[in-house]
Order: sequence, then C-alpha cells, then structure tokens
Amino acid sequence: MLDYLWTVMLAVGVLWGLFNGRADEVTQGVLSGAKDAVTLGITMLGIMSAWTGVMKIAERSGLINGISEKMSPFMRFMFPDVKKNTPAYNYMCTNIAANVLGLGWAATPAGLKAMEELSGTDVSEAEGRSGGGPASFKGKAASNAMCTFLILNISSLQLIPVNIIAYRSQYGSVEPAGIILPAIAATLVSTLTAVLFCKIMMRRTGKASVTP
Amino acid sequence: MRYVIYISNMLIPVIIVYVVFKGIIKKRPVFKDFTDGAADGMKTVANVLPTLIGLMIAVSVLRSSGFLDFLTQMLSGAGSIMNFPVEIIPLAIVKMLSSSAATGLMLDIFKEYGTDSFIGLAASIALSSTETIFYTMSVYFMAANVNKTRWTFPGALIATLAGVIASVAIAGMMV
Repeated sequence: MLDYLWTVMLAVGVLWGLFNGRADEVTQGVLSGAKDAVTLGITMLGIMSAWTGVMKIAERSGLINGISEKMSPFMRFMFPDVKKNTPAYNYMCTNIAANVLGLGWAATPAGLKAMEELSGTDVSEAEGRSGGGPASFKGKAASNAMCTFLILNISSLQLIPVNIIAYRSQYGSVEPAGIILPAIAATLVSTLTAVLFCKIMMRRTGKASVTP
Repeated sequence: MRYVIYISNMLIPVIIVYVVFKGIIKKRPVFKDFTDGAADGMKTVANVLPTLIGLMIAVSVLRSSGFLDFLTQMLSGAGSIMNFPVEIIPLAIVKMLSSSAATGLMLDIFKEYGTDSFIGLAASIALSSTETIFYTMSVYFMAANVNKTRWTFPGALIATLAGVIASVAIAGMMV
C-alpha cells in the first residue's frame, strides 16, 4: 500500500512541479523534507523514550495486568461469544489495555495472537461455515468477535497521544500537551460509535451474540 | 478551555508519578525498568525514522510543487458548504491508508498554519483519535487467515468518520 502511495505522491509532486516551472522549489523540497525528518526524529527520540520507559515500569509492576482484569464487564458486553480466561480472551484484554495506554509495541503482538486464537476456537457462525476446523476451508469469514475486536482497535483507544505531543512540541506549540483532553473526547466519540455499530450488527446477525 | 488545557498538561506528570510509585511499592528496580523501556522506545524511533524521511520528502515535494495548494483549492468548494476545514479531508483519507504518510501531512499543516491554529488543533486531535484502517485490517486478518471481513470495514469507516468530525468540532471549541 505504502509503495503505491509513495510513488504516486512523488510522481505527482515532481510532474506538477515541472509543468509549473518549479523544479528548483521541488529540489529544495526534497532537501528540506529530509532535514525536517531528522530534526523531528531527534525530538521524538527523547519524548518517546521517556514515555516508553515509564510504561515499561507500568508493565513490569503488574499495572497493565491489573487493568486487564478490571475490564471483564466491558469484555462481556463487547464479546459475548468469547469465554472468560481463554487464551483469546486474555490476549484481547492485553491488547485493549496496551492500546489504551498507547503501548503500540505491546498491543500489536497481543492483538495478532488474539486473532489467531479466535480463528482457532471461535469458528464463524456466518457465511462460509463448512463445519470443519480452521484449516478446512480457505475463504474463512470473520466472526462477530473478530469484527468487533478490529473495529475497536481501528476506532483508536489510545488516551495519551505521545507521538502527536512530540510533533507539536517540535513545531513550536505553546501547549503541546493541551490536546490530551480534547483527544480523549474525540477518541471516546469514535469508540462509542464503534461500540454502537458493533452491537447493532451483532443483533442483526442474530444467534452469535447470545451470551453463554 | 484554559481548564481543559490545564488538566491535559497535568496528566503526563501525574501518570509518571503514579506509575513510578506503583513500581516502588511492588519493589521493582524502577530505574532499570525505565531504562529498558527507554531503550525500546529508542529502537521504535530508529525504526520509524527511515519511513519518516521517505514520507516527509514526498509530502515536501507535493507542497513545493504547488500541488497541495491546488488540491486544497479544489476541495474548498465542497468543504465550505459543510463548514469543514478542507485541509483535514486529505489528511483523513491518507490516515486510513498509512499512519506515517498522514503524519507527514500533519507536519505540513503545522508548518503552514501553526500547531495551535484551528486547523493545527483539528489535525492533532484527528490523528490522535483514529487508526490506520487498511494496515490494521490486513495484518490482523492475515494472522487469523480470514478473507471475508464481513462488517469490519463499514464499522471501521463509520468510527473513523465520527472521530474526524468530532475532532473538527472540538478544535472549533478550543480556538
């Protein structure tokens, strides 16, 4: 995806510049773009390291596990098909807790493991069902739990957008962290929309949403 | 709004103190845990930097060629009808495809309009409250060996749209 996007951006930029007689500006653009990226990288190096350092303490002191455990009402509401304390359930908790705290590196591996587990234990009730194990059909359909899990992930759960704060401080913001509460509010809107949508779809697809 | 910014500014110090105390109470070697984590963070930044260089060059080329201004002008007709800041539209579309490309566009917005302008704030909040749809879907569904994604994409799209609209509305309240 990025290959095509990048090629299109460069090609459009260069051709547009040549047609408008701005070859010199485009050359300057290449140089200043590279320079800005490195300057930004240095700012980020400090801010990101400070944050990931603090979050490592949170991880190792059991704070993140503690948060996962407190999530069970939410988990039961969002994932009625997934039984508590199964591997899939635990991975999903870790993923969601890590996402909330902005720990991308911890969230993605747990999320991938959760998807593997879901595909093994939670065979879809929807289209494409052929009764066998995970390997018995090629075009497997996502289960309700998988759809919900992904939509929640995409709706963004992160509370403190550290990287955005780093960018803002590099570009001279008076209040780099001033966007935290507004960002939490916007994240809440997107996540609540996601929750609502998932609940409606679960109801419409029926059976699979019955609580065990 | 001053109050919101005050609490926002308080959050990071409060979290740091809370986490460190929690670690000390659990008798963790907190300083070593911190440095281990910071090393991870440095690796993350080092991994992101080449991508950032590549994409910031591409955005910079688009900007200096005059194409971004042209695109913004094209979109301004549609945007002004809905009273929506035009610069956010390409940002939201690119964010669905690639997070780092969207970061490049956001930094361009910061340079053009300033971080604390209406558009700068809207861009900051919008990128804070959305995730990359296509990347997340392809990687996660690949792990599960799924190719019928059912209602994932419409749901992701609606959630992203809600996040972007909320961001613009909130940024409007802040300035």
